[in-house]
Amino acid sequence: MIIDVKMFAAARQYTSQAVVRVELEEPANVSDLKVALLQQFPQLEPLAGHLTIAVDNDYVDDEHLLEENSEVAVIPPVSGG
Amino acid sequence: MIELVQQPIDAGRVLAHVASNEAGAVVLFLGTTRQFTRQRETLSLDYECYPEMATEKLQQLEAEARRRWPIVDLAIVHRLGHLELGEASVAIAVSSPHRQDAFEAGTWLIDTLKQVVPIWKQENWADGTSQWVHPGVDPPESPLNQPGECKP
Repeated sequence: MIIDVKMFAAARQYTSQAVVRVELEEPANVSDLKVALLQQFPQLEPLAGHLTIAVDNDYVDDEHLLEENSEVAVIPPVSGG
Repeated sequence: MIELVQQPIDAGRVLAHVASNEAGAVVLFLGTTRQFTRQRETLSLDYECYPEMATEKLQQLEAEARRRWPIVDLAIVHRLGHLELGEASVAIAVSSPHRQDAFEAGTWLIDTLKQVVPIWKQENWADGTSQWVHPGVDPPESPLNQPGECKP
């Protein structure tokens, strides 16, 4: 399964990409995605442990199963306001 | 009213949006760009967001605030892009029949916005470095950040 993942703020800065493509074996959950992201982009290490994943505009936990057509994003800790 | 804007926030327009004869109180909160953070000097800030999700989360905040308090109207406007010192990055206005509800709702809205809405700020420090602000994350030694585009 191919997942395109949107990157923001420091996550985009560290990967130099606004969208990264990750290939996962099915079935894959959010925890699998985090492991794959850190393997493929070791430069994300400073954010490891702080990465929250959003699927279709909502925060999801590590057990959430991913589907190929979902909109997936890495949400580093937010700092609006 | 929920807005993500690139232009300076017009506080008068935000207040006008919540004005009503049903209201006995209007509370306006402005978040502004501060010069010093723990003795470190800021020259300017850059904000970016995940537009679709930020809009959806702000709409959820509005709905939840209306469920919790007897709100006549409310407005949340967040600025994006480059901000100079003293400029407002966010405006929240709440009108309600009595003042306590407006104060409580306004406090809850800004506190919750800062926890859940996918918006990020980058500090442009006086020493020439820039740094994305990610609460709880230790910053790397020499950040070289470039703010991205965010057009809601």
